[in-house]
Amino acid sequence: MMRFSVVVFPGSNCDHDCYHVLKHVLGQPTEFVWHKEREISKFDCVVLPGGFSYGDYLRTGAIARFSPVMEAVQKHAERGKLVIGICNGFQILTESGLLPGALLRNASLQFVCRFVHVRVENTDSPFTRKTSKSEVLEIPIAHGEGSYFADDDTLAELKKNDQILVRYTDRRGLLTPESNPNGSLESIAGICNKRRNVFGLMPHPERASERELGSVDGIKIFKSILEMN
Amino acid sequence: MKAKVYVTLKQSVLDPQGKAVQHALAALGFNEVQGVRVGKYIEVDLGAVDKSKAEQKIKTMCEKLLANTVIEEYRFEINNSC
Repeated sequence: MMRFSVVVFPGSNCDHDCYHVLKHVLGQPTEFVWHKEREISKFDCVVLPGGFSYGDYLRTGAIARFSPVMEAVQKHAERGKLVIGICNGFQILTESGLLPGALLRNASLQFVCRFVHVRVENTDSPFTRKTSKSEVLEIPIAHGEGSYFADDDTLAELKKNDQILVRYTDRRGLLTPESNPNGSLESIAGICNKRRNVFGLMPHPERASERELGSVDGIKIFKSILEMN
Repeated sequence: MKAKVYVTLKQSVLDPQGKAVQHALAALGFNEVQGVRVGKYIEVDLGAVDKSKAEQKIKTMCEKLLANTVIEEYRFEINNSC
């Protein structure tokens, strides 16, 4: 069993989806945690869900990172416990410095909401260990600011440490310009920190975790997390 | 003391919004436009504080919140009245 917490910021809107998958589909003890909470030490994995925390004011994730709970999330990560940030959660993780780089406005300037394919680049992480290398997952995205950016030094560092966990590809797993939905640098869809216990990704695995939703590829990410124990 | 803060994307960061505006200006006949960068303008009322302290404070605000220095640069002006 893994004890999960799903953080709720004002404006989170994928919190219930994450809760549903963790609690009802995977049967794990899961609790919502309001962003004012400072005590999260009983949890093994913190989920920062998607949405529009604080209305995306100033920059996506910029205000949420100063929520009281984020100090606790920082400590949680320092202890080596797991953090997964999905979509807006990924944006919050980069704003808070828990993950390198930043997420910019989509190159098309359009909000993009559709299924995409991502290729697993590395299975050596608590978030991808139940997938296989180069496996292509079909998972939806829904964002206006998902274009991953990092400067040259940061990108080199990400590659050197195998921190790029998923990239946007076509259904065959090929990197093509058309399969990059938002203009992300090198089609990067998700990265982890150097210690590999913090993961951020733009696609929504919680929206692809039940057959009724069209894909169950996303559940592999959550099942990977369970494999930890 | 009041501050005017300007935040723009770094030159090394693509600005698709600026590009879109540039294209629209070209469509209006302004073909001479070489580039457009879209940024943010923020006014901060600092209350009664001396200028050097105000500068210090605004700089910290920019570094911590108003700009994301991974992708953005900032500059500011501080005046008694804006």
